[in-house]
Amino acid sequence: MSTTTLSESTPEVKSRGKLSELLASVGGQNLSLIGGLVVVLALFGSLNDNYLSWNNIQVIAEAATISGLLAVVQTVVIICGGLDISVGSQAGLASVVSAMAFTSAGSNALVGMAAAIGVGVVIGLLNGVIIVYGRVNATIATLAGLAAYKGVAQLISNGAAQGYVLNNSIFIFLSRGKIAALPVMVWLLIVVALAVHVLLKYTDIGRNIYAIGGNDTAARLAGININKYLIAVYGLLGVVAAVAGILLTARTGSGQPTSGSEGLELQSITAAALGGCALKGGKGGIGGTLLAVALLGALENGLTVQGINSFWQNVAQGSLLVVAVVIQQRRSGERAVGLPG
Amino acid sequence: MTTTLTNPGAAVRGLGKSFGAVRALNGVTLEFPPGQVTALMGENGAGKSTLLKILTGDHQPTEGHVLLDGVEVALHSPAQARAAGIRIIPQEPEIIPHVSVAENVYAGALPRRSGRRLDRAELRRRIEADLERLGFARVLDPDLLGSELTPAQRQLVEILRALTGEAKVIAFDEPTSSLSEQEVDALFALIRRLRDQGVAVVYVSHRMKEIFQLADRIAVLRDGAVAGVLDAAQAGEADLVRLMVGRDLSTMFVRQMVATDRVVLDVQDISTDDVTGISLQVRAGEVVGLAGLIGAGRSELALALAGDRPIRSGKVLLEGQELRSGRPGEVIRAGLGLAPEERKAQALFLHRSIRDNTSLVVLERLRRWRFVRRSAERELAQEYSDRLRVRTPSIEHEVRKLSGGNQQKVVLARWLARKPKVLILDEPTRGIDVGAKAEIYQIIADLAKEGIALLVISSELPEVLGLADRVVVMQNGRITGELDREQATEERILSLAMADDLVSSDEGRTA
Repeated sequence: MSTTTLSESTPEVKSRGKLSELLASVGGQNLSLIGGLVVVLALFGSLNDNYLSWNNIQVIAEAATISGLLAVVQTVVIICGGLDISVGSQAGLASVVSAMAFTSAGSNALVGMAAAIGVGVVIGLLNGVIIVYGRVNATIATLAGLAAYKGVAQLISNGAAQGYVLNNSIFIFLSRGKIAALPVMVWLLIVVALAVHVLLKYTDIGRNIYAIGGNDTAARLAGININKYLIAVYGLLGVVAAVAGILLTARTGSGQPTSGSEGLELQSITAAALGGCALKGGKGGIGGTLLAVALLGALENGLTVQGINSFWQNVAQGSLLVVAVVIQQRRSGERAVGLPG
Repeated sequence: MTTTLTNPGAAVRGLGKSFGAVRALNGVTLEFPPGQVTALMGENGAGKSTLLKILTGDHQPTEGHVLLDGVEVALHSPAQARAAGIRIIPQEPEIIPHVSVAENVYAGALPRRSGRRLDRAELRRRIEADLERLGFARVLDPDLLGSELTPAQRQLVEILRALTGEAKVIAFDEPTSSLSEQEVDALFALIRRLRDQGVAVVYVSHRMKEIFQLADRIAVLRDGAVAGVLDAAQAGEADLVRLMVGRDLSTMFVRQMVATDRVVLDVQDISTDDVTGISLQVRAGEVVGLAGLIGAGRSELALALAGDRPIRSGKVLLEGQELRSGRPGEVIRAGLGLAPEERKAQALFLHRSIRDNTSLVVLERLRRWRFVRRSAERELAQEYSDRLRVRTPSIEHEVRKLSGGNQQKVVLARWLARKPKVLILDEPTRGIDVGAKAEIYQIIADLAKEGIALLVISSELPEVLGLADRVVVMQNGRITGELDREQATEERILSLAMADDLVSSDEGRTA
């Protein structure tokens, strides 16, 4: 079966120029994403002069920040062999909590943020514990979370936007501030993405995360405490989802139980899958996910700028997710028998 | 030979099957005449399952043919084999848990009325008629759900399934492993009745007693070829064992005895869900072979020692320190490594590089803060990859692209890098070509020289004999005997591994 492909790949390794070496280090998946991004930018740029302006690029980047943050942590969870479809609800709940804690603490932004992050940690760990110790399939557990956390957010907010935060300098800084010409929100995404990238690629923790998603039996027999890792990874997702919720509050000026956070689970999973994460786990990276976030953001903005019905955007996103996964499965050469494993 | 072409029943002619470099069957010619029970025997890996799988259309032969009533048949799928009248009763019956016995039996061919509605009346009539005809009317309630059945009843459902439609050949694959004595008697009565009705019965089993009770002819496979076909009435146990053993691999082994007196691994009377009362010791520099048939509990014991299965009673000492059960990480830190049976499923990360796969259990030695020192990691992976002679253009190569032998070397490299005190190797040469096997044997000998205590599980007797200083034999979750290198022969190991009851295991202990 896998006897020897060595002879085929050896000459390829030898006869590589500098350029092709560089291209190889970027990877085929990422190259096609860059290609896709160029096509989208060129297409909408030619249709609309404003599309490629620095202003609009910043709008795209800001709009992509919240889904980008969630896509980054979704990537970690997927690499570890899990999935979290409650990310949007977690962000919504964190948004409401941040605004309400802010208001009741007498306009104290730090209290609002700390409360949101505390809630994020608790929810993330709860997801992890339900999955690991409750033996609930990750999709089902977080589907339950999708409904339940949204419900909690609606309950405590009575279903309405809460508080007003843009009278506070910290929230104003988060929503409108700039550092070196880039919006603060975008910087936050960059910092989180970089930290997660370093964690995955350069630390033993990252290696173990890839190992768990790649082959959990082998990981267990190699002495990795996979329960601890899974719970921690969901905890990390909770924290970052809370940060996304805080940014949502800052962007809209108040705590939003559902608006702005619904559908983020689809966006984050689509970005991860497009970015090259194997949904079975063990494969993927932050670079690919960020490129996919950029591609999705550029596409969404382009469709909006062209005045195309936003319902089409849902269709486009759903199609992209399925296409990405179909391509993935084709490549891995699975036999088409029964339900996919 | 041409005259046999017109013979009724099933036959295989010149059957060969290769899996990559591994030759599982080689020129097998056998007949399964109607109205007779043909027993199929052989060591683990002798080719019995491969032969059965070709008969049922699961595998395609590399060369040779299957004949039915003298006519060549092409069996490209289980459905075709079934249509041709060949049935197999698998060792582990496939039962749908949430539907009734009746629906289980006719699954895939349920009687129906117009509009694809299930015809319940017809279903009941059929199952009752079949149960009556086969004499199971009182043993099996057709309304029971699949999940409510005992192991014997599950087997009966499989048999009923096999008997729907016209069955010419029925193969039983170790059917008695989960049956009680009365159930075995009932099963044998049924098999005899099938035989008398003119069915060609193929019966695969390791149990000598059963074979002599039931079989008319006994075919013995060895190394994928027919070692002999005997008339059951005239054959004795000793004849069979002699046919099953007798391979010469001695040139591949280069062992010097380097065992010391220092006990490194001391297993004291442990029991788990799968094994009972296991005690054994492995000394520094010693290679202990763990022999037994598949299902004897050897791999389960290995997993329990590695901390992956709970130990219910007894204790495991590693250099005098007690290992806590259920914690693979602690066991590894204490100095025990396990290269498990299924390298791809249990040990390797196929989509990761050789470097990644090698460094996994030594990351905590390679890291500064929590950052893995890349250059140290590369050096380490390169060192062990060179030492074990992994054939690859680079250590950055994905493991899935390597051959089985090289993959196994990567698993070994991982543990050697960790420098364990005890290394358990479960079937270290399964599915590996001969050249790589010899290399693995050399590695094992070298490790023993370095003073590592080795426990090697192998189902290949010549391998056990060639490698081990001492052979421990297991059967049915228990140790049935222990043999020194001088005493150990294939015959002795095999008779301990197949020992029918505890009576003979007591003899084994004192042997």
